[in-house]
Amino acid sequence: MRCFTNSPGVQNAETNMKQFAIFVKKEFAHVLRDRKTLLILFGMPVMQILIFGFALTNEVKNSAIVVVDYAQDEASQRLISRIEASRYFEVNKAAIDHHQIEESFKQGNVKLALIFPQNFEADLMHQNKAQVQIITDATDPNTANTLTNYMTAIIQDYQADINQNASIAYRIIPETKMLYNPQLKSVHGFVPGVMALVLMLVCVMMTAVSIVREKEMGTMEILLVSPFKPLLVILSKAVPYLILSLINVASILCLSVFVLDLPVNGSLILLFAESTLFIITCLTIGIFISVRTGSQQVAMLISLMGMMLPTILFSGFMFPIENMPKVLQLITNIVPAKWYYIIVKSIMIKGLGFSAIWKETVILLGMTLFLLIISLKTFKIRLA
Amino acid sequence: MQDVVIKTDKLTKRFGDFVATNAITFGVYKGEIFGFLGANGAGKTTAMRMLCGLSKPSSGDATIAGFNVYRETEEIKKNIGYMSQKFSLYEDLTVLENIRFFGGIYGLTDQQIKTKSEELIERLGLESEAKKLVGSLPLGWKQKLSFSVAVLHEPRIVFLDEPTGGVDPVTRRQFWDLIYAAAERGVTVFVTTHYMDEAEYCNRISIMVDGKIEALDSPTQLKRNFNASSMDEVFYQLARGAKRGD
Amino acid sequence: MRTVRFLLQKEFRQIFRNRAILAMICVMPVVQLAVLPWAADYEVKNVNLAVADHDHSTFSQQLVNSITASGYFRLTGYNGSYQEAMHLVESDQADLILEIPAGFERNLVRENQQKLFVAVNAINGTKANLGGAYLAEIIKNYNQRIRTELISEAGEPIHVIEITSSNWFNPLMNYKVYMVPGILAILITMIGGFLSALNIVKEKEVGTIEQINVTPIRKHHFILGKLIPFWVLGNVVFTLGLIVSWVIYGIIPAGNLAVLYAFISVYLVSVLGFGLLVSTFCDTQQQAMFIMFFFMMLFVLLGGLFTSIDSMPEWAKTVTRFNPVRYLIEVMRMVILKGSGMKNILYHLGIVTLFAIGLNSLAVLNYKKTS
Repeated sequence: MRCFTNSPGVQNAETNMKQFAIFVKKEFAHVLRDRKTLLILFGMPVMQILIFGFALTNEVKNSAIVVVDYAQDEASQRLISRIEASRYFEVNKAAIDHHQIEESFKQGNVKLALIFPQNFEADLMHQNKAQVQIITDATDPNTANTLTNYMTAIIQDYQADINQNASIAYRIIPETKMLYNPQLKSVHGFVPGVMALVLMLVCVMMTAVSIVREKEMGTMEILLVSPFKPLLVILSKAVPYLILSLINVASILCLSVFVLDLPVNGSLILLFAESTLFIITCLTIGIFISVRTGSQQVAMLISLMGMMLPTILFSGFMFPIENMPKVLQLITNIVPAKWYYIIVKSIMIKGLGFSAIWKETVILLGMTLFLLIISLKTFKIRLA
Repeated sequence: MQDVVIKTDKLTKRFGDFVATNAITFGVYKGEIFGFLGANGAGKTTAMRMLCGLSKPSSGDATIAGFNVYRETEEIKKNIGYMSQKFSLYEDLTVLENIRFFGGIYGLTDQQIKTKSEELIERLGLESEAKKLVGSLPLGWKQKLSFSVAVLHEPRIVFLDEPTGGVDPVTRRQFWDLIYAAAERGVTVFVTTHYMDEAEYCNRISIMVDGKIEALDSPTQLKRNFNASSMDEVFYQLARGAKRGD
Repeated sequence: MRTVRFLLQKEFRQIFRNRAILAMICVMPVVQLAVLPWAADYEVKNVNLAVADHDHSTFSQQLVNSITASGYFRLTGYNGSYQEAMHLVESDQADLILEIPAGFERNLVRENQQKLFVAVNAINGTKANLGGAYLAEIIKNYNQRIRTELISEAGEPIHVIEITSSNWFNPLMNYKVYMVPGILAILITMIGGFLSALNIVKEKEVGTIEQINVTPIRKHHFILGKLIPFWVLGNVVFTLGLIVSWVIYGIIPAGNLAVLYAFISVYLVSVLGFGLLVSTFCDTQQQAMFIMFFFMMLFVLLGGLFTSIDSMPEWAKTVTRFNPVRYLIEVMRMVILKGSGMKNILYHLGIVTLFAIGLNSLAVLNYKKTS
């Protein structure tokens, strides 16, 4: 068809846009037709927010412990009832002796044993010094540490009470203020983490697999011989996921505001802009994987097995990055989720503006461009 | 009267409101080559899948080699061979490995598998390709191979769903030679096709339009009945009224 | 059973022919196991501390010294104002702020009590919790020390309970030792789950399943033929994992290897059964993978790998009872680290056996040769 226009370039761009729209529509149809996948696509962030918000906690409580009381005197009984009153411990007073402690650790439920020697009270009152022994199941060193600390605190409180007059002297009282997260809810760290995780995995995996799928089924060739630019074929596959992911961001934010009572302290527009950037980064990774692999299974294994644990671990939202060995700290820098996590944390929780996160933004932008250029190069070589 | 090996009675398959196959009734005799014609979307594949025990009929009845399509699908499967429209041997296995695998699944002994595969490879002239991956073979050879695999266990009936689609004329001729050879061994051949010259090779043909069988007879008789000079014309007369198809 | 032999031959051929997948199956878990435990370190050390000391007294110096000497804290700012310290928090250079008010020492001695201000960047729950707790502990100990010093000058008797503590099974309190068996458990589950979930669906997508369905093959033979190859692979990967944990982390299972392999064998059957069940439900590999991914996420998060199940609310604890991964993680830690024996893990083994039977039966039932 001839159009009466002086500039063929304009006309080309127009038809290109029209074609692009057609392709995007086709991709949308694919995505929307698959109800099972769609359900999971939107169900996943909800499930994760609920689990992180309500099920997971780093707090240690309700730990089963055994008390081996060889003293059976008033002092030991009093101390034990204090321990029982604490919400950290579930005391099992079964009359076992210390030889059986190992067995109960091996059985797996008991985390700590407290042993009172004979004459505990007599030693304490008359010798001014008595001993107790704490044995922990230190397979999990953190729990062991925390439980020892809790136990020590209870014992020291008891000791302070029997030393009434001495304990009030020279007291240093630390007053602790929790910044940003006064109730110390663990979700505060998790919400940005979940956002990073969900977006990362959904975008990378879905684009990679859907492109490789067309390759595998042979339909890609049909698309590529069409007069349509190959680049646009690829891009049109990414557009639906971009939009679905933005819906996911919105639903995560809604959940966090209305269900978890965690407000967005900074600019919502900035948050969405940065999220779009991150989504594009992830889509580019997906495209990158897809041009390099030939089978769906390989693409899946890479984007899933290769990305799931590293994203959880290296983004910094479950494990502090500065705890890691130097080499790994360096590696975390190439994990886009890390930068996005910092950005979301800054905007959402600390309420900071763009000036605080421009560096992270530039890094994400750089990663995206880098991957895009490499994938395009590979793509062209493949075609040639 | 000859033995009837396929017998259907008002066999119907519905998908929701859509009646893919509408009360078809026909019989196929032992050892004949039965052509199953119809435009795209006429319901041929659906009918064939029901006869193979791959799909449960919605109503009506059918017996294949004396076994009921509702209750005895597994018995049916022992007595038939099937070649689907879409190539469905394992492309990541070699020719020999595919033969061996399907032979094993159908319960042939190791000795049988050995002699059968040698025979088959010789007949197809695939000696130099025997150890190559099936995925690397040209389409024509793939089709001949899948036919041979479908009759490997000497079934009483073999179902072929558009076996020669996309294949060059020479290979098609060779393919039909294979079909004739099988029919001579007493195998009943039930074949769907789009090619009217192939329809002429059949003993009898049926033509399906919009889920119903509109005509069933030998090619010569059909041409006479419709007062047509070729099968093309017969087919055209029947199928132009079709509402379905793509 | 002859049929199963042919199925196995075919599956193994296909697995070994696909080198890319095979390499990934073996290399990926090894690499991840070698790297991830170093990252999954909950041990809180290097908590970044900014101190705003307005007192500059002997006491305040002593306090800061005992904090830095503890090894948990790294001083990233000292002597600035509270505002400056706050900036360090905002830019993530400090996790905690300790503000020592002017007149700290003087007030403590004269007025018998004195306040200190601690501000915690509580976005990172763990660090805040533990870092704050450590800091409180150190301050308390320091308090005890100066109190004893000051009181003993007055000569009053104090009743003291001495606490000795010992840590069993992991005396060096090495967190990696705890994480390695757990991560290995997850990797095994992912390998087994994903491969089996993708397998039948792949045959559906490519169309080869038609050719199988039209044969008189028995359904449970077909499922067995799919199960066994991945079961073998799972055991191979598990063995590789044990070797990696020995070579890199020096972890030698304290318990009996036979117990461990017995459990893993049953466990693999249940996970593979789950994968095959998902596979029979789906039409495309993409779908299968996504559904599997959803459950994996659920299993990993509610498996007790990162956070303790004891601390979960009741409803979540109930959910974990239906999570096979939970049992594997527990058993791995019990047998490898504590040397638990068969009688200690009987309960776990029982449950996982039920899973194995249930899931595989469902997979066989749901695999329909006739639609």
